[in-house]
Amino acid sequence: MRSWYFTEMPYPHLPPMDELSTMRVTLESKHFDPKIGADLYNRYLDEHMIADEAGLDLMVNEHHQTATCLDVAAPLSLAILARQTKNAQLCILGNPVANRGDPLRIAEEMAMVDCISRGRVNAGFVRGVPYEVFAANTVPSRTVERLWEGIDLIQKAWTSSGEPFNFEGQFTHRRAVNLWPRPYQTPHPPIWITGSSDLPAISRAAARGFVFATFLQPHTKVKQLFEAYRASYRLNGQPGGGGTAFMPLVYVGDTESEAEAGMKELLWYMQAKTEPQYRNPPGYAPVETNVEAFRGAFAGRTDAMRAKSLEFQKEQGVVMYGTPDQVIVQIKRFYDLVGGFDHLLMMMQAGFLDHKRTVANIHRFAKDVYPAIRGLPRTKPLEGQLAAE
Amino acid sequence: MSASDYKTVQGAKLEIERLGQGAPLLLLLSEEEQLDMASPFVAGLAEKHSIIAPHYPGFGRSERPEWVSSPDDIAYMLLDLLDAEGLRNIPVVGLSLGGWIALEMAVKDRGVFSKIALVDPLGVKHGGPFERDIQDIWTSLPSKVSAWKWRDAEKSKRDFATMREELVSIHARNIESFARFCWDPYMHNPKLKRRLHRVTAPALVLWGENDGVVTTSYGRAYAEALPKAKFESVAEAAHYPQIEQPAATLARVAAFLG
Repeated sequence: MRSWYFTEMPYPHLPPMDELSTMRVTLESKHFDPKIGADLYNRYLDEHMIADEAGLDLMVNEHHQTATCLDVAAPLSLAILARQTKNAQLCILGNPVANRGDPLRIAEEMAMVDCISRGRVNAGFVRGVPYEVFAANTVPSRTVERLWEGIDLIQKAWTSSGEPFNFEGQFTHRRAVNLWPRPYQTPHPPIWITGSSDLPAISRAAARGFVFATFLQPHTKVKQLFEAYRASYRLNGQPGGGGTAFMPLVYVGDTESEAEAGMKELLWYMQAKTEPQYRNPPGYAPVETNVEAFRGAFAGRTDAMRAKSLEFQKEQGVVMYGTPDQVIVQIKRFYDLVGGFDHLLMMMQAGFLDHKRTVANIHRFAKDVYPAIRGLPRTKPLEGQLAAE
Repeated sequence: MSASDYKTVQGAKLEIERLGQGAPLLLLLSEEEQLDMASPFVAGLAEKHSIIAPHYPGFGRSERPEWVSSPDDIAYMLLDLLDAEGLRNIPVVGLSLGGWIALEMAVKDRGVFSKIALVDPLGVKHGGPFERDIQDIWTSLPSKVSAWKWRDAEKSKRDFATMREELVSIHARNIESFARFCWDPYMHNPKLKRRLHRVTAPALVLWGENDGVVTTSYGRAYAEALPKAKFESVAEAAHYPQIEQPAATLARVAAFLG
């Protein structure tokens, strides 16, 4: 199993939470102090480099118009890390293909960073969470179509090195497509994709050999998603590729109480406020889900999870914290409960968790936890597939 | 009660409601179509007219083909529907989104409508890029949106707990389809205003005085952009006068239709 360090690069220095109605989309940017922002960007990039030196792989993502994530252009942070690190695999999870609306620019950026890093890029593509449609002004019910059309174009551009081609799709029209540079990796960097419930999309991802990742979901749900992925993968997947990834919040302390204090800082992320209209833009969720919402049975995935107690979140594997031995047990338990998985994506910094404690978290994990889980085998159904090659 | 049937238009099955007796009249419903149909306004119109009220693709029980992306597409479908029904030179009543669709049809075919009654229609932009012609109902707090749409928000309340599941599902799908067709450009067609000179049938532009989504000044500018339009308003009503003040709205529309 590979372990990946991750932070959303938060800007927590806001007025008291009870004075804010939202931390996303319309939180006025007068609350952003560029001098503090400059310190934070540089600190967060330093922490990625410390994680690299400790032997972890690195993941970045992007969001827009939100205090929860200052990384508004993940290809930029990826490029900095490509130049400033030597060893880590670099995962961008991901490029919001539907919302950026220029798939070829993404193809170029990924190819360039793949060359700079000499082939360490893992290129993720995401539909984008609900509130992202506002900053991008994307029709919510068409984001899935836009995502897949964009992926088709990017893959074709990466793998075409001969005669340039034209593309006239539903959302993008381009002429004489001819990518300079090509990606360093052949045929292209591993592709990752995220999902939280859409089984047809999971099946499609498996058939293309993409790594499937899901974030902050209870183990019961993760098992269901991973099993759907593996079933499709056995039927249609490309041998050798693919895999599954899960993201919890992770804090490793010297003592139990220190770990709990660290985890409580990370929960800042789960408690981020969002006005209701940003949580469910019309058409983002399927009609059946909205019928449940009208009947009061569905209030949003993250909302449902954040309303639960820390104990519940821990039992479900959404948060993992404790002494190194306790965290090892939690990871192995989760691994067994979901039928195994390949990549542990760890949000190890959020909110006000400061530099010192973030670095301590990284070092304790790398030194005392990682050696005990690194050897967990790739998920069994994939081994079966590999054996059949 | 209305009867409904289905017609296939450009490959899509559309649900059509029919109600009343008399000369034919095309009723183009608002995005709140279920409340429109339940309103005494529609029952009143039906006393003198054979109403034909198509549910747009993605609304009611109508199919929504992937290629339909705007009121412009819907207008071509409804022109085909009227051709198939053998109807021309008939009056139309268009409510909000329906008013926009009525004008998209009228600019494409000068002879399709004899008279055009529009109630708080969407569809055009009068101001510049930084001017907010139409309030953004999708980035604003629900309480604020409700105050823009309704003078009396009680009129919008629905009991989803006891409503038949199929109707809740229609309501949810209507909201999705409205956003799908009107998200970008936001609730207008940038080309439409320049085409309005083609609308030579007499028009009534009727407005809820308390409309906060599109205000009466937007409505007056709309009337000025139409060659033969008069502007009138309905008191104590916001964006949906046909639901908030059905009698007053019906009186104005009936007087105009004659």
